[in-house]
Amino acid sequence: MIPLFAWRNIWRNKPRSLIIILSVTTGIFAGVFLMAFFNGMVNSRVEAVVRTEMSHIQIHQPGFSDNDQFSLRLTNCRSLIGELTNQSHVVAVSKRIVANAMIASSENSFGVTIKGVDPKTETEVTDLHSKIIEGSYLREELHNPVIISDRLASKLKVRLHQKIVLTLQDDHNNIVAGAFKIAGLFQTDNQMFDEGIVFVNNRDIARLTDIEEQEAHEIAIVIDQNKNTQTTVDGLRALFPHLDIKTWLELSPEAGALVGMMNQYTYIFTLIILLALCFGIVNTMLMVVLERTRELGMLLAIGMNRTRVFLMIMTETLFLAITGGVPGILLGWVATGYFRDKGIDLYFWKDAFGDIGFSSIIYPVVEIHTIVFTALMVMVTGVMAALYPAYRAMQLKPSKALQTN
Amino acid sequence: MSVVEIIDLHKTYDVKSMPVKAVNGLSLQIEEGEFTAIVGPSGSGKTTLLNILGGLDNPTSGEVFIDKVRINSLSEKQKTEFRMRNIGYVFQAYNLIPVFTAFENVEFIMQLQGRHKTERVKRTKELLEAVGLGNRMDSRPSHLSGGQQQRVAVARALASRPRFILADEPTANLDSKSTENLLDIMEKLNREENMTFIFSTHDQRVVNNARRIITIEDGTVISDVTAG
Repeated sequence: MIPLFAWRNIWRNKPRSLIIILSVTTGIFAGVFLMAFFNGMVNSRVEAVVRTEMSHIQIHQPGFSDNDQFSLRLTNCRSLIGELTNQSHVVAVSKRIVANAMIASSENSFGVTIKGVDPKTETEVTDLHSKIIEGSYLREELHNPVIISDRLASKLKVRLHQKIVLTLQDDHNNIVAGAFKIAGLFQTDNQMFDEGIVFVNNRDIARLTDIEEQEAHEIAIVIDQNKNTQTTVDGLRALFPHLDIKTWLELSPEAGALVGMMNQYTYIFTLIILLALCFGIVNTMLMVVLERTRELGMLLAIGMNRTRVFLMIMTETLFLAITGGVPGILLGWVATGYFRDKGIDLYFWKDAFGDIGFSSIIYPVVEIHTIVFTALMVMVTGVMAALYPAYRAMQLKPSKALQTN
Repeated sequence: MSVVEIIDLHKTYDVKSMPVKAVNGLSLQIEEGEFTAIVGPSGSGKTTLLNILGGLDNPTSGEVFIDKVRINSLSEKQKTEFRMRNIGYVFQAYNLIPVFTAFENVEFIMQLQGRHKTERVKRTKELLEAVGLGNRMDSRPSHLSGGQQQRVAVARALASRPRFILADEPTANLDSKSTENLLDIMEKLNREENMTFIFSTHDQRVVNNARRIITIEDGTVISDVTAG
């Protein structure tokens, strides 16, 4: 009887109930969509870190990650890569020579990191080849090709097919330099990455620095799913205890911190929205109790006990929250589905997003735990909002309440 | 047998820090099956007396027994339970639940009592038939006239099978025809089911139908007349 009574009571003042239901719907929609939006941002950042900048797992000689010491190289990479390829979850493996260098044009020079990659296998572990906006990706048949970002090209004041000079120390600590021709210009969403890394053929940089082609500083591994990263790393660490094997999260702790921070912001924003809704509902329900004082007095007089009166107001409030919350969640889910493939292009903030390594096109993603979390929070908000009005109703004295007009 | 026994009842309110005596040493007994009107000018203490009698308010001193139960010593929770099982209310402003139909309004108190659905449906139908609203069971209060609403209120008051019915100015908002009709129904129920009715009223038509008339002034009984 109480649920039926509470449900009908909601519709006694349709405009007022509809207004509060609409505000709950709007608030919950905003909350779900905001979470999906931030989730999409985080996912795209993680995707960029994994697919463009790092891959899932990297292997180095112990100590290399601390100061990129050129002499700390992995040897006999062919057999190592062979073994790695046979491990479960491993999809692709590629080796890299990594060296700190000076890049110079006739106008300017900057410090960069050179990545000497095997063009064939590198395209399987990163998607940099898909970020080429002018020219082409590295090819083995070219002589000393280099690809740099359009941002770096602009700072160096060079164009496609022009030459730049890379100066670095070789294996014997001699300063060596080589002229490289710009084969392609790439562009990612991460400004720091774009301005700090150049890519050359592994063979060319090995020759320049006088090291064996079988040697490398870094082996990049892509696995089937991000969630399997830790399991795979644990397996590899057991197999190769003498090597330094790290996940992308360990290699880029700032990306992990950013992901954590974004998640926290999402929950804080959602809680603020729910808190605002809570006050709106409390206000409405206090008005309901005030308007129905005489009726509540009558109910107490004829023998409805205070617990039932309390539960009735609680149920009404919960119904209001759920009636507004469920469409809000559904709307958020539908809107997220609409933009999931299409994306939201915030082109006017492209530079600002790029500064912190984010894409300006956001593909919102809503996950089932987000929906469950929001649904639970709607219920909690309803219960919280109901407590005070229900307490007020419970405290009414029937003799006085019955005299209320 | 006394259904109600009131002994030396006092009720004092503080109005702007001034004590105001609403009931002042009132004693009376009401027997089972009585059809009693409590009359008196406004402010004489009728409503206060009814509130105390119904366990809605506590006396400052004195004792109220209903079926030998001293209700002013019951806890709030016990009083609520006691009201639900022993007292039927009819209010001046009907006070039906607007979102319920006539049927649901009558059935509601039996649900509170935890009675079985079959019994609830049977009794609700019987009561609404008895008050002449067998054909309006599914109507909500807003679709009923004042007289019809008050008849639903009477049916609701009887639904819990109370020991007596307290009616506070039940005809104040009704026209002559509805008043006459309502009083006929109440008298019939009083006669046929031996139901005790206690009215607080200003309405001469109610007084004319009452078999006992208790007049109160300044919180005390100044006359208690039983019609021959």
